[in-house]
Amino acid sequence: MDVIGYRRIVPGTQPEYLHPAYASSVKRAPGRKLVLLPQTLSEVTGPVFGHDRVGPDDNDLTKGHDGAPIGERIIVTGRVLDGDGRPVPHTLVELWQCNATGRYRHDNDQHDAPLDPNFTGAGRAITDADGIYTFTTIKPGAYPWRNHHNAWRPQHLHFSLFGPSFMTRLVTQMYFPGDPLLPLDPIFNCVTDARARERMICSFDIDATVPEFALGYRFDIVLRGRDATPMEA
Amino acid sequence: MAKLTPTPSQTVGPFFALGLTWLDTVDLAAGAAAGERIVITGRVLDADGAPIPDAMLEVWQADAHGRYAHAEDTQDKPKDKVFAGFGRIATNKDGVFRFTTIKPGAVPGPGNSLQAPHIVVALFMRGMLRHLYTRIYFSDEAGANDADPVLALIEEARRATLVATRADGAAEYRWDIAMRGDAETVFFDC
Ligand SMILES: [Fe+3]
Repeated sequence: MDVIGYRRIVPGTQPEYLHPAYASSVKRAPGRKLVLLPQTLSEVTGPVFGHDRVGPDDNDLTKGHDGAPIGERIIVTGRVLDGDGRPVPHTLVELWQCNATGRYRHDNDQHDAPLDPNFTGAGRAITDADGIYTFTTIKPGAYPWRNHHNAWRPQHLHFSLFGPSFMTRLVTQMYFPGDPLLPLDPIFNCVTDARARERMICSFDIDATVPEFALGYRFDIVLRGRDATPMEA
Repeated sequence: MAKLTPTPSQTVGPFFALGLTWLDTVDLAAGAAAGERIVITGRVLDADGAPIPDAMLEVWQADAHGRYAHAEDTQDKPKDKVFAGFGRIATNKDGVFRFTTIKPGAVPGPGNSLQAPHIVVALFMRGMLRHLYTRIYFSDEAGANDADPVLALIEEARRATLVATRADGAAEYRWDIAMRGDAETVFFDC
Protein backbone atom coordinates (compact mmCIF):
# COMPACT_ATOMS: atom_id res chain seq x y z
CA MET A 1 0.00 0.00 0.00
CA ASP A 2 1.52 3.30 -1.07
CA VAL A 3 0.57 6.33 0.97
CA ILE A 4 0.89 10.08 0.51
CA GLY A 5 3.57 11.10 2.97
CA TYR A 6 4.36 14.36 4.72
CA ARG A 7 7.00 16.66 3.23
CA ARG A 8 10.50 16.30 4.60
CA ILE A 9 11.99 19.00 6.79
CA VAL A 10 13.90 21.78 4.98
CA PRO A 11 17.31 22.06 6.73
CA GLY A 12 17.54 25.02 9.08
CA THR A 13 13.81 25.34 9.59
CA GLN A 14 13.74 22.86 12.47
CA PRO A 15 16.29 22.40 15.26
CA GLU A 16 19.10 19.87 15.07
CA TYR A 17 19.21 17.37 17.92
CA LEU A 18 22.74 18.31 18.98
CA HIS A 19 22.79 22.02 19.86
CA PRO A 20 25.71 22.54 22.27
CA ALA A 21 24.50 26.02 23.31
CA TYR A 22 21.62 24.10 24.91
CA ALA A 23 23.78 22.15 27.35
CA SER A 24 21.42 19.27 28.10
CA SER A 25 21.19 18.36 24.39
CA VAL A 26 24.81 17.16 24.46
CA LYS A 27 24.17 13.84 26.23
CA ARG A 28 20.71 13.32 24.77
CA ALA A 29 21.25 13.78 21.05
CA PRO A 30 21.75 10.74 18.82
CA GLY A 31 25.33 10.27 17.67
CA ARG A 32 24.50 8.49 14.44
CA LYS A 33 22.74 9.62 11.32
CA LEU A 34 19.01 9.02 11.44
CA VAL A 35 17.80 6.25 9.14
CA LEU A 36 15.75 7.60 6.25
CA LEU A 37 12.26 6.10 6.52
CA PRO A 38 9.69 6.02 3.73
CA GLN A 39 6.43 6.88 5.47
CA THR A 40 3.95 4.02 5.62
CA LEU A 41 0.40 3.61 6.85
CA SER A 42 1.88 3.54 10.37
CA GLU A 43 3.21 7.09 9.99
CA VAL A 44 0.38 8.81 8.11
CA THR A 45 -2.24 7.66 10.59
CA GLY A 46 -2.34 8.89 14.19
CA PRO A 47 -4.50 9.40 17.24
CA VAL A 48 -7.60 11.55 17.04
CA PHE A 49 -8.93 13.37 20.10
CA GLY A 50 -12.36 14.89 19.98
CA HIS A 51 -14.43 17.36 21.92
CA ASP A 52 -15.32 14.65 24.43
CA ARG A 53 -11.80 14.92 25.87
CA VAL A 54 -11.94 18.64 26.65
CA GLY A 55 -14.22 20.46 29.12
CA PRO A 56 -15.82 23.84 28.45
CA ASP A 57 -13.45 25.80 30.72
CA ASP A 58 -10.30 23.84 29.90
CA ASN A 59 -9.09 26.69 27.67
CA ASP A 60 -9.39 29.27 30.46
CA LEU A 61 -6.39 29.00 32.77
CA THR A 62 -7.68 31.84 34.97
CA LYS A 63 -10.62 29.68 36.13
CA GLY A 64 -10.90 26.64 38.36
CA HIS A 65 -9.51 28.16 41.56
CA ASP A 66 -11.00 30.10 44.47
CA GLY A 67 -9.79 33.43 43.14
CA ALA A 68 -8.25 35.08 40.12
CA PRO A 69 -4.54 34.54 39.40
CA ILE A 70 -2.09 37.40 39.79
CA GLY A 71 -0.69 38.75 36.54
CA GLU A 72 -1.55 40.39 33.27
CA ARG A 73 -4.56 38.59 31.81
CA ILE A 74 -4.17 37.78 28.10
CA ILE A 75 -6.08 36.09 25.30
CA VAL A 76 -4.05 33.87 22.99
CA THR A 77 -5.80 32.84 19.82
CA GLY A 78 -4.87 31.65 16.37
CA ARG A 79 -5.37 29.14 13.62
CA VAL A 80 -3.79 25.75 13.26
CA LEU A 81 -2.85 25.37 9.59
CA ASP A 82 -1.50 22.56 7.48
CA GLY A 83 1.57 23.13 5.31
CA ASP A 84 -0.60 24.38 2.46
CA GLY A 85 -2.37 27.01 4.56
CA ARG A 86 -5.59 25.08 5.09
CA PRO A 87 -7.13 25.12 8.57
CA VAL A 88 -6.81 21.98 10.69
CA PRO A 89 -10.22 21.57 12.36
CA HIS A 90 -11.09 19.61 15.51
CA THR A 91 -7.54 18.96 16.64
CA LEU A 92 -6.22 18.93 20.19
CA VAL A 93 -4.05 21.81 21.44
CA GLU A 94 -2.38 21.44 24.86
CA LEU A 95 -0.83 24.38 26.72
CA TRP A 96 1.34 24.70 29.83
CA GLN A 97 3.25 27.57 31.36
CA CYS A 98 4.70 29.15 34.49
CA ASN A 99 2.86 31.79 36.49
CA ALA A 100 3.37 35.56 36.37
CA THR A 101 6.40 35.31 38.67
CA GLY A 102 8.18 32.78 36.46
CA ARG A 103 7.47 29.72 38.63
CA TYR A 104 5.97 26.42 37.45
CA ARG A 105 3.62 24.38 39.59
CA HIS A 106 5.99 21.42 39.40
CA ASP A 107 8.02 19.75 42.16
CA ASN A 108 11.29 20.17 40.28
CA ASP A 109 10.98 23.92 39.79
CA GLN A 110 13.44 25.37 42.32
CA HIS A 111 13.17 29.00 41.18
CA ASP A 112 12.84 31.22 44.25
CA ALA A 113 9.66 32.95 43.11
CA PRO A 114 6.21 32.58 44.65
CA LEU A 115 3.62 30.06 43.53
CA ASP A 116 0.16 31.47 42.94
CA PRO A 117 -2.56 29.45 44.70
CA ASN A 118 -4.96 30.57 41.98
CA PHE A 119 -2.90 29.40 39.02
CA THR A 120 -2.02 25.90 37.84
CA GLY A 121 -0.76 26.71 34.36
CA ALA A 122 -2.25 23.94 32.19
CA GLY A 123 -5.05 24.05 29.64
CA ARG A 124 -6.30 22.51 26.45
CA ALA A 125 -8.58 23.27 23.55
CA ILE A 126 -9.93 21.67 20.40
CA THR A 127 -9.79 23.79 17.25
CA ASP A 128 -13.13 24.70 15.70
CA ALA A 129 -14.24 24.01 12.12
CA ASP A 130 -11.99 26.87 10.92
CA GLY A 131 -8.94 25.60 12.81
CA ILE A 132 -9.22 28.34 15.45
CA TYR A 133 -8.33 27.85 19.12
CA THR A 134 -8.48 30.39 21.95
CA PHE A 135 -6.98 30.42 25.44
CA THR A 136 -7.48 32.88 28.28
CA THR A 137 -4.52 32.97 30.65
CA ILE A 138 -2.01 35.29 32.30
CA LYS A 139 1.27 36.43 30.82
CA PRO A 140 4.05 34.10 32.06
CA GLY A 141 7.14 35.52 33.74
CA ALA A 142 10.72 35.08 32.57
CA TYR A 143 12.71 32.59 34.67
CA PRO A 144 16.36 31.63 35.24
CA TRP A 145 17.48 28.16 34.16
CA ARG A 146 21.23 27.68 34.85
CA ASN A 147 22.12 26.64 31.27
CA HIS A 148 24.95 29.20 31.33
CA HIS A 149 25.88 32.25 33.41
CA ASN A 150 22.85 34.52 33.93
CA ALA A 151 20.61 32.39 31.70
CA TRP A 152 16.96 33.47 31.57
CA ARG A 153 14.20 32.01 29.44
CA PRO A 154 12.17 34.57 27.53
CA GLN A 155 8.49 34.65 28.48
CA HIS A 156 6.87 31.70 26.72
CA LEU A 157 3.95 29.30 26.56
CA HIS A 158 4.48 25.61 25.82
CA PHE A 159 2.20 24.22 23.08
CA SER A 160 1.56 20.62 22.05
CA LEU A 161 -0.41 19.64 18.94
CA PHE A 162 -1.30 16.43 17.14
CA GLY A 163 -2.76 17.31 13.75
CA PRO A 164 -4.02 14.60 11.42
CA SER A 165 -1.21 12.05 11.76
CA PHE A 166 1.76 10.89 13.83
CA MET A 167 3.96 12.87 11.40
CA THR A 168 2.27 16.19 12.22
CA ARG A 169 2.93 15.89 15.96
CA LEU A 170 4.42 19.16 17.22
CA VAL A 171 5.62 20.44 20.57
CA THR A 172 6.73 24.05 20.43
CA GLN A 173 6.91 27.26 22.44
CA MET A 174 5.25 30.61 21.81
CA TYR A 175 7.22 33.78 22.49
CA PHE A 176 6.17 37.43 22.79
CA PRO A 177 7.17 40.20 20.37
CA GLY A 178 10.00 42.50 21.45
CA ASP A 179 11.22 40.31 24.32
CA PRO A 180 14.81 41.46 25.01
CA LEU A 181 15.75 37.91 26.05
CA LEU A 182 15.00 36.40 22.65
CA PRO A 183 18.41 37.13 21.05
CA LEU A 184 20.10 35.52 24.08
CA ASP A 185 18.04 32.34 24.31
CA PRO A 186 19.72 29.13 22.99
CA ILE A 187 16.40 27.32 22.75
CA PHE A 188 14.69 29.97 20.60
CA ASN A 189 17.87 30.36 18.52
CA CYS A 190 18.29 26.65 17.83
CA VAL A 191 16.48 27.30 14.53
CA THR A 192 18.91 28.89 12.07
CA ASP A 193 16.32 29.99 9.49
CA ALA A 194 15.15 33.41 10.69
CA ARG A 195 11.73 33.24 9.04
CA ALA A 196 11.02 29.85 10.55
CA ARG A 197 12.21 31.09 13.95
CA GLU A 198 9.86 34.05 13.80
CA ARG A 199 6.91 31.69 13.43
CA MET A 200 7.33 31.09 17.17
CA ILE A 201 6.67 34.76 18.05
CA CYS A 202 3.05 35.75 18.46
CA SER A 203 1.78 39.17 17.43
CA PHE A 204 -0.20 41.68 19.44
CA ASP A 205 -3.70 41.91 17.97
CA ILE A 206 -6.08 44.71 18.88
CA ASP A 207 -8.90 42.73 17.27
CA ALA A 208 -8.29 39.82 19.66
CA THR A 209 -8.10 42.28 22.57
CA VAL A 210 -11.23 42.33 24.74
CA PRO A 211 -12.10 45.86 25.99
CA GLU A 212 -11.74 46.34 29.78
CA PHE A 213 -10.56 42.71 30.09
CA ALA A 214 -7.38 41.48 28.38
CA LEU A 215 -4.84 42.13 25.62
CA GLY A 216 -5.05 39.75 22.71
CA TYR A 217 -2.19 37.94 20.98
CA ARG A 218 -2.39 35.99 17.74
CA PHE A 219 -0.38 32.82 17.29
CA ASP A 220 -0.95 30.77 14.16
CA ILE A 221 0.67 27.35 14.17
CA VAL A 222 1.71 25.56 10.97
CA LEU A 223 1.95 21.77 10.93
CA ARG A 224 3.89 19.70 8.40
CA GLY A 225 2.49 19.74 4.89
CA ARG A 226 1.74 16.80 2.70
CA ASP A 227 3.29 15.62 -0.52
CA ALA A 228 1.23 15.79 -3.68
CA THR A 229 1.92 12.22 -4.79
CA PRO A 230 2.40 8.86 -3.06
CA MET A 231 5.82 8.00 -1.68
CA GLU A 232 7.92 5.79 -3.92
CA ALA A 233 7.99 2.23 -2.79
CA MET B 1 -1.62 27.15 -2.61
CA ALA B 2 1.61 28.48 -1.14
CA LYS B 3 3.59 26.03 0.90
CA LEU B 4 4.15 27.22 4.45
CA THR B 5 7.21 26.48 6.54
CA PRO B 6 6.09 24.50 9.59
CA THR B 7 6.37 26.06 13.02
CA PRO B 8 9.68 24.90 14.54
CA SER B 9 9.75 22.33 17.29
CA GLN B 10 10.98 23.23 20.77
CA THR B 11 11.85 21.07 23.73
CA VAL B 12 9.12 19.88 26.11
CA GLY B 13 11.42 21.15 28.88
CA PRO B 14 11.58 19.78 32.42
CA PHE B 15 8.01 20.61 33.43
CA PHE B 16 5.93 18.97 30.68
CA ALA B 17 4.09 16.80 33.20
CA LEU B 18 2.16 19.93 34.18
CA GLY B 19 0.49 20.12 30.80
CA LEU B 20 0.64 16.59 29.45
CA THR B 21 -0.02 14.12 32.29
CA TRP B 22 -3.80 14.48 31.94
CA LEU B 23 -3.56 12.38 28.76
CA ASP B 24 -1.18 9.74 30.15
CA THR B 25 -2.26 6.32 28.89
CA VAL B 26 -0.24 3.37 30.19
CA ASP B 27 -2.89 0.73 29.57
CA LEU B 28 -3.86 0.82 25.91
CA ALA B 29 -5.66 -2.50 26.28
CA ALA B 30 -8.24 -1.34 28.83
CA GLY B 31 -11.70 -2.64 28.07
CA ALA B 32 -12.64 -5.36 25.67
CA ALA B 33 -9.92 -4.92 23.03
CA ALA B 34 -9.19 -8.09 21.08
CA GLY B 35 -5.72 -9.61 21.09
CA GLU B 36 -2.94 -10.78 23.34
CA ARG B 37 -2.25 -8.54 26.34
CA ILE B 38 1.42 -7.67 26.55
CA VAL B 39 3.59 -5.44 28.73
CA ILE B 40 6.49 -3.46 27.31
CA THR B 41 9.02 -2.00 29.72
CA GLY B 42 12.51 -0.58 29.57
CA ARG B 43 14.74 2.35 30.35
CA VAL B 44 15.71 5.50 28.49
CA LEU B 45 19.48 6.05 28.78
CA ASP B 46 21.67 9.03 27.90
CA ALA B 47 25.09 9.04 26.21
CA ASP B 48 26.75 7.97 29.49
CA GLY B 49 24.23 5.19 30.08
CA ALA B 50 22.57 7.21 32.84
CA PRO B 51 18.78 6.90 33.12
CA ILE B 52 16.69 9.81 31.85
CA PRO B 53 13.95 10.56 34.37
CA ASP B 54 12.27 13.35 32.40
CA ALA B 55 11.39 11.68 29.11
CA MET B 56 8.04 10.78 27.62
CA LEU B 57 7.09 8.19 25.02
CA GLU B 58 4.07 8.44 22.81
CA VAL B 59 3.17 5.21 21.06
CA TRP B 60 0.86 4.50 18.14
CA GLN B 61 -0.12 1.09 16.88
CA ALA B 62 -2.63 -0.94 14.95
CA ASP B 63 -5.16 -3.22 16.63
CA ALA B 64 -4.85 -7.02 16.76
CA HIS B 65 -6.22 -7.26 13.22
CA GLY B 66 -3.55 -4.92 11.90
CA ARG B 67 -5.83 -1.96 11.44
CA TYR B 68 -5.36 1.62 12.67
CA ALA B 69 -8.17 3.59 14.33
CA HIS B 70 -7.86 6.33 11.73
CA ALA B 71 -9.86 7.41 8.69
CA GLU B 72 -6.93 6.85 6.31
CA ASP B 73 -6.76 3.17 7.14
CA THR B 74 -9.20 1.89 4.54
CA GLN B 75 -8.08 -1.75 4.62
CA ASP B 76 -10.73 -4.32 4.01
CA LYS B 77 -10.39 -6.11 7.34
CA PRO B 78 -12.18 -6.11 10.68
CA LYS B 79 -11.73 -3.14 12.99
CA ASP B 80 -11.56 -3.33 16.77
CA LYS B 81 -13.94 -0.56 17.78
CA VAL B 82 -12.69 -0.32 21.35
CA PHE B 83 -8.96 -0.14 20.65
CA ALA B 84 -7.64 3.41 20.14
CA GLY B 85 -3.95 2.59 19.71
CA PHE B 86 -2.40 5.60 21.44
CA GLY B 87 -0.32 5.68 24.60
CA ARG B 88 1.52 8.43 26.45
CA ILE B 89 4.01 7.11 29.00
CA ALA B 90 6.47 9.16 31.08
CA THR B 91 9.69 7.71 32.49
CA ASN B 92 9.99 7.53 36.27
CA LYS B 93 12.91 8.73 38.42
CA ASP B 94 14.91 5.67 37.34
CA GLY B 95 14.30 6.33 33.65
CA VAL B 96 11.89 3.39 33.46
CA PHE B 97 8.76 3.30 31.34
CA ARG B 98 6.14 0.56 31.30
CA PHE B 99 2.90 0.14 29.42
CA THR B 100 0.31 -2.52 28.71
CA THR B 101 -1.17 -3.01 25.29
CA ILE B 102 -2.25 -5.69 22.87
CA LYS B 103 0.12 -7.13 20.33
CA PRO B 104 -0.59 -5.36 17.05
CA GLY B 105 -1.34 -7.24 13.86
CA ALA B 106 0.71 -6.86 10.68
CA VAL B 107 0.00 -3.80 8.54
CA PRO B 108 0.79 -3.10 4.89
CA GLY B 109 4.10 -1.54 3.88
CA PRO B 110 5.17 0.14 0.63
CA GLY B 111 3.96 -1.51 -2.55
CA ASN B 112 2.73 -5.04 -1.90
CA SER B 113 4.92 -5.58 1.14
CA LEU B 114 3.72 -6.48 4.61
CA GLN B 115 5.25 -4.94 7.71
CA ALA B 116 5.98 -7.06 10.75
CA PRO B 117 3.93 -6.21 13.84
CA HIS B 118 5.35 -3.01 15.32
CA ILE B 119 4.60 0.03 17.42
CA VAL B 120 5.61 3.51 16.31
CA VAL B 121 7.24 5.62 19.05
CA ALA B 122 7.73 9.37 19.37
CA LEU B 123 10.23 10.26 22.08
CA PHE B 124 10.26 13.57 23.95
CA MET B 125 12.51 14.85 26.73
CA ARG B 126 14.16 17.85 28.28
CA GLY B 127 17.32 18.46 26.27
CA MET B 128 15.70 17.35 23.02
CA LEU B 129 14.62 20.18 20.74
CA ARG B 130 12.61 17.99 18.36
CA HIS B 131 11.01 14.65 19.12
CA LEU B 132 12.55 11.50 17.68
CA TYR B 133 10.76 8.66 15.96
CA THR B 134 11.62 5.02 16.46
CA ARG B 135 9.81 1.66 16.35
CA ILE B 136 9.29 -1.38 18.55
CA TYR B 137 9.29 -4.82 16.92
CA PHE B 138 8.89 -8.16 18.71
CA SER B 139 11.49 -10.90 19.26
CA ASP B 140 8.93 -13.68 18.78
CA GLU B 141 8.16 -12.47 15.25
CA ALA B 142 11.56 -13.37 13.78
CA GLY B 143 10.17 -14.55 10.44
CA ALA B 144 8.06 -11.44 9.93
CA ASN B 145 10.93 -9.23 11.09
CA ASP B 146 13.23 -10.80 8.50
CA ALA B 147 10.76 -9.79 5.78
CA ASP B 148 10.01 -6.33 7.16
CA PRO B 149 10.67 -3.56 4.62
CA VAL B 150 11.64 -0.99 7.27
CA LEU B 151 14.04 -3.21 9.23
CA ALA B 152 15.62 -4.05 5.87
CA LEU B 153 16.72 -0.39 5.54
CA ILE B 154 18.84 -0.67 8.68
CA GLU B 155 22.34 -2.10 8.81
CA GLU B 156 22.03 -5.58 10.23
CA ALA B 157 24.10 -4.95 13.35
CA ARG B 158 21.72 -2.22 14.52
CA ARG B 159 18.35 -3.88 13.82
CA ALA B 160 18.27 -5.53 17.23
CA THR B 161 17.92 -2.11 18.87
CA LEU B 162 14.33 -2.02 17.60
CA VAL B 163 13.39 -5.53 18.71
CA ALA B 164 11.78 -5.91 22.14
CA THR B 165 12.81 -9.14 23.85
CA ARG B 166 10.07 -11.40 25.12
CA ALA B 167 10.64 -12.83 28.58
CA ASP B 168 10.51 -16.59 28.97
CA GLY B 169 7.01 -17.69 29.85
CA ALA B 170 5.53 -14.21 30.25
CA ALA B 171 3.86 -11.79 27.90
CA GLU B 172 6.37 -9.14 28.87
CA TYR B 173 8.90 -7.52 26.57
CA ARG B 174 12.03 -5.60 27.40
CA TRP B 175 13.05 -2.69 25.18
CA ASP B 176 15.62 -0.07 26.18
CA ILE B 177 16.26 3.21 24.40
CA ALA B 178 19.90 4.34 24.23
CA MET B 179 20.36 7.88 22.98
CA ARG B 180 24.00 7.29 22.06
CA GLY B 181 26.88 4.86 22.33
CA ASP B 182 27.47 1.32 21.08
CA ALA B 183 23.86 0.29 21.66
CA GLU B 184 22.41 3.51 20.22
CA THR B 185 18.81 2.95 19.24
CA VAL B 186 17.94 3.44 15.59
CA PHE B 187 15.99 6.66 15.13
CA PHE B 188 14.24 7.59 11.91
CA ASP B 189 14.27 10.60 9.64
CA CYS B 190 10.73 10.53 8.34
FE1 LIG C 1 9.22 26.73 30.09
